[in-house]
Amino acid sequence: MSDFSTLKNPQLESRLYTARASFSLLVVILMLGVLLWRYHDLQINRHQNFATLADNNRILVRALPPARGLIYDRNGVLLADNRPSFTLSIVVERSENLDQLLSDLGELLVFKDTELARFEKLVKRRRPYESVPLRFNLSEVEQALIAVNEHRLSGVEISAQLIREYPLGQELAHVLGYTGRINERELRRFDPGRYKGSHMTGKTGLEKFYEDQLLGEVGYENVETNARGRVMRVLERTDPVPGADLQLYLDSRLQKIAIDALGEERGAVVALDTVTGGVLALASMPSYDPNLFVTGISTKAYTALTSSPAQPLFDRALRGQYPPGSTVKPVFGLAVLDSGAVTMGYRIYDPGFYQLENKEHKYRDWKRGGHGSKISLYDAIVQSCDVYFYDTGFRAGIDVLHDYGTRFGYGVKTGIDLPAEAQGIMPSRDWKKGVRGRAWYPGDTINVSIGQGFMLATPLQMAAAVSRLATRGEVHNPKLVSRVGNKATPAVSQPAITEIPDRYWDLVLDSMVGVVRDLRGTARRAVGKLEYTMAGKTGTAQVVGIKQDEKYDASKLAKLQLDHALFIAFAPVEKPRIAVAVIVENGEHGSSTAAPVARDVINAYFKYYPELLETSETAVEEGNALGVPPRLTENDHESG
Amino acid sequence: MSQGDFKRSLKEHGSSVYGEHKSWLALRVDFPLLLLLLLLMGIGISVLYSASGQDLNYVKRQGVFMGIGMVAMLVVAQFEPRLMQRWAFVVYIGGVGLLIAVVFVGAGAKGAQRWLDLGFFRFQPSEVLKVGVPLMLSSYLGLRVLPPRFKHVSVALLLILTPAILVGIQPDLGTALLIFAAGFFVLFLAGLGKTYLLGALFFALSVTPVFWFYLLRDYQKTRILTLLDPQSDKLGAGWNIIQSTTAIGAGGSSGKGWMQGTQSQLDFLPESHTDFIIAVLSEEFGFTGVVCLLLVYVLIILRGVIISINAQSMFSRLLAGSITLTFFVYIFVNMGMVSGILPVVGVPLPMVSYGGTSIVTLMLGFGMLMAVSKERKRMGEQL
Repeated sequence: MSDFSTLKNPQLESRLYTARASFSLLVVILMLGVLLWRYHDLQINRHQNFATLADNNRILVRALPPARGLIYDRNGVLLADNRPSFTLSIVVERSENLDQLLSDLGELLVFKDTELARFEKLVKRRRPYESVPLRFNLSEVEQALIAVNEHRLSGVEISAQLIREYPLGQELAHVLGYTGRINERELRRFDPGRYKGSHMTGKTGLEKFYEDQLLGEVGYENVETNARGRVMRVLERTDPVPGADLQLYLDSRLQKIAIDALGEERGAVVALDTVTGGVLALASMPSYDPNLFVTGISTKAYTALTSSPAQPLFDRALRGQYPPGSTVKPVFGLAVLDSGAVTMGYRIYDPGFYQLENKEHKYRDWKRGGHGSKISLYDAIVQSCDVYFYDTGFRAGIDVLHDYGTRFGYGVKTGIDLPAEAQGIMPSRDWKKGVRGRAWYPGDTINVSIGQGFMLATPLQMAAAVSRLATRGEVHNPKLVSRVGNKATPAVSQPAITEIPDRYWDLVLDSMVGVVRDLRGTARRAVGKLEYTMAGKTGTAQVVGIKQDEKYDASKLAKLQLDHALFIAFAPVEKPRIAVAVIVENGEHGSSTAAPVARDVINAYFKYYPELLETSETAVEEGNALGVPPRLTENDHESG
Repeated sequence: MSQGDFKRSLKEHGSSVYGEHKSWLALRVDFPLLLLLLLLMGIGISVLYSASGQDLNYVKRQGVFMGIGMVAMLVVAQFEPRLMQRWAFVVYIGGVGLLIAVVFVGAGAKGAQRWLDLGFFRFQPSEVLKVGVPLMLSSYLGLRVLPPRFKHVSVALLLILTPAILVGIQPDLGTALLIFAAGFFVLFLAGLGKTYLLGALFFALSVTPVFWFYLLRDYQKTRILTLLDPQSDKLGAGWNIIQSTTAIGAGGSSGKGWMQGTQSQLDFLPESHTDFIIAVLSEEFGFTGVVCLLLVYVLIILRGVIISINAQSMFSRLLAGSITLTFFVYIFVNMGMVSGILPVVGVPLPMVSYGGTSIVTLMLGFGMLMAVSKERKRMGEQL
């Protein structure tokens, strides 16, 4: 130690140290300058940028799905309700390891491959920090399992959504339709802004037709979240606007009665308010439970529905196209009179068949042996004489039948506020040329003149036609919804059928009264005694063609080949308030199976709304022409 | 030196020098440094309270660490620097021995073997070397003619690199860096020649590829690559840097206010109470807060440099200077890595980051600084 210290020069070393220390201090200050420059750059120059980044980190914009509008019947009975359903979603950005998280979740809940596949697809398409649904409709047990394990399930969210519930189940399935999860095609079509936070959309029925009104407006809330996605507080909120409620013209009691009246039969019932066009009942049976579709129907249950020969998913009232049969006779009666083809006093002889000149083919009347001689239009409608219409229809020609048929709505969509209405067919020369590529034959006219052949109509079209008959030409589009939110929806009316003289109306409508009242009326027995006046027309739609000399024998035909039974009616005759069309598939005769259904519906309507009859009684006292007994009317015809 | 030196010094400070003062003031304390350290501890505790999410447990434990550190500092301050110079060798050899022990019986944490489990507490021997290396180097070079000759430089390098490499292979890059820096500062302050400095620079550049391909572990490489482009791995290695720079930048000029920083309070900032605590301070107190903190640090460094320049022996100068400059390295590396201009190495922010070991080690260093500062008066009287 002392050896070295003797060589040391303390002053020199002290100066050396001071120089080095000062230099170090200089370097320290320069490096502090670097730090200050860096922090100044971050905190002052680029502050805005980082402040935004920090806010983006913590502030999450969450969509608040609006409550879907409710649907009520005309008396305020709730038909479509919302109930909470719990959804398990994942915010991928907040999960530490998605695969790990999914396998952790898989230990708690069992996932189907389809669920995982859908999730993967949605994950690819998500916006950053958007929660992606994995499992819908969690049970309480599942919710509890997730809640207990929440600490190790970073990124998992359970949210409540409102989903649809249809208290009346299958009774209104075809009218209301149902909501279901938005599928891929809809996802591409929809405005993503409007559907933020909603997973459901109307798939069929009113739910689909009024989707825009029912949906409502999405709300937003800015929430502050921590790094694991837990919401700490709400910073700002714009409430969602609930969708508008719908009120229907439909009376759920009437609907129930229509369904009960159909019983086990397959068929459809349409009841319209003749004044407004409002749909009072719209039943298609058999039906299905729309609640099954809301949360996603199982493949098994769906296959059962689609493969059922009774076709419960098929809306017969709106999409079922049947030959209208004899129910078109009142319309064609007006056609042959108003076109001038025949006069009111025109009568025919009905031997039970009709033959075109120089043709062998016999067009048969439904009644073997015929209706006899001196058959007038009144008789032809009351007794449903086919030969009269073969004869007069042929005289008038297809162009006239097509013209008048179209004016009463055959072959034209009614414009009801439901999606996918069938158009039916009111055949014409052009139609046949276009569709079949062949010329129109006289025999085609013969078939069409009794509502068979190429002619097809939906039960809804038949009801719309009878409503036009009842109101002497007023044309109202059938409509289900009377109010959207607070606003009444305007009635949609077309130009009325004006040029037909009253005396033709009187004759045709009187004969329809005769159908239910006259001794020989086809529906007299089936309808029975009434406390009000009714006008109607039976019909039978052939399912299988009967060969020339073959007799229609119900006992030889399987149930599915039996004729469809049809009945159209309106009441009260003096001041019509309700028009009804009924079809009972394979019900054979309109009189026996379809007419009682229509009568039950109309009876119920006036039972529930007796005030509608009171006004009509006043009308009788005032001496309405339609109130006079049918026999007198026939005398009038003879004199006219 | 002999045992007699220590006994004499104890006697002296009790009687002749401070005889006129009350007994508690007879403690050897550098009051400016003590005040600055207390101020820094106050800042540290309040930022930690916010950074830990208002967890009083952290604050209490940090308070205990600071108390222990304060006692350790005051105890060390009472020792004669000459005594330290004599015992430096023992501390150094002991430290290196423990480091070797770690290689064989150490406990791992996060893929690194750094700890010795002594049953009642876990102990990081590398911390001993943070003090041991500058002590040893100062002791060795303080006795040599300066500037050091080649032989002495070689021995000094051996003394530095042995523990630095042992710590580096643990691997604990941050501590290895601090140990190396502490030793290098002694060499530099001792007047290491320009030739050596240029040679060291050239050597450093030439061994960089060797480091990269053979010595650095994957996670260390990732940290360096991440520094160059944090966005390359947003949710992995880049996450820390993106979140910390965001927190710093979001603080702006005056900050969001105490306990109002969203980045740290909402857990976006990782390690917010330990290595990344400067981001919390930056977010909540802004650029103003950063400048104030740096001011306190600069005053401590200035005080340290003044103490070292006024020290009475070369050993004391070198020790004080090295401790002071190493203290700055802590600050620079920590604030540099959190703000994204240096790779992430585990260096805490002195007296602010949560952690007992680093506080006690730092306070031991300040104890030595105080011992040096008081040596001046005694020596002055003696001379």
